Amino acid sequence: MFNAITHSQIYVLDQDEALDFYVGKLGLEVNSDVDLGFMRWLTINVPGQPERQILLEKPGGPSMSAETAAQVRDLVTKGAMGAVIFSTDDCRKTYETLSGLGVEFTEEPTERPYGIDCALRDPFGNPIRLTQPKA
Amino acid sequence: MSRAVEDTNRRMLRARDAMDRAYAQPLDVPALARIAHVSEAHFSRTFRATFGETPHRYLQRRRVERAMFLLRETDHSVTDICFEVGFGSPGTFSRTFREIVGRSPRTYRKESTSMPVPTCFAMVWLRPSACGAAPSTREDVR
Repeated sequence: MFNAITHSQIYVLDQDEALDFYVGKLGLEVNSDVDLGFMRWLTINVPGQPERQILLEKPGGPSMSAETAAQVRDLVTKGAMGAVIFSTDDCRKTYETLSGLGVEFTEEPTERPYGIDCALRDPFGNPIRLTQPKA
Repeated sequence: MSRAVEDTNRRMLRARDAMDRAYAQPLDVPALARIAHVSEAHFSRTFRATFGETPHRYLQRRRVERAMFLLRETDHSVTDICFEVGFGSPGTFSRTFREIVGRSPRTYRKESTSMPVPTCFAMVWLRPSACGAAPSTREDVR
């Protein structure tokens, strides 16, 4: 049957702004950035992990009506769509580094039964979590 | 959806995130309106229009959700938990908890067990819902 998860998708409201954030601040890598005409196929991955990508998709036509696209944008900005969880070797250090770059966190590093994690949102409202799993 | 509404959504979300993060602090409308960069006059109404409940109710549910967590996962006394999550008096805490969860804090503690899921999902899914008591034990969820 299946071999792997290769792509997951989240909605972003502006792909350039998404790149500034995910690549410029969080330090992810652009995997593909292709203008297909009907859409811009934009994927990112954790550096060195190209086998698993996140598609940064902009809601809009022709796959969605203008009304649906507006609903999706509304939900994204209410924080009601998508979620990404990244793992990190050192949650506290990553938190310090990203805070220094002006990333706004919604939760500081906290001890959990499964490790240490902290949380932030992307510029559009999508929740992102950074977890340092328990060794 | 206009850009203005999306911008307002994000501001309200920022205030809601502050409640999730600093739930034990005395967060009032002026403080939350400042975080959201909107006027006090519009804050509560706009928040309710965005998320379907008042900021006060949201904060109460967040505090009760944290209390549920502490009742499940720690052996802190009910009185300590009341102040830990930001309630001003044990009476208000018990009344609000019972109103939202449908059981007293002590009964809830007796009936619940801990769950091995990431905290963000536990927080979102176990929080008592705005429209009635939420599932609060695994038995209820089944």
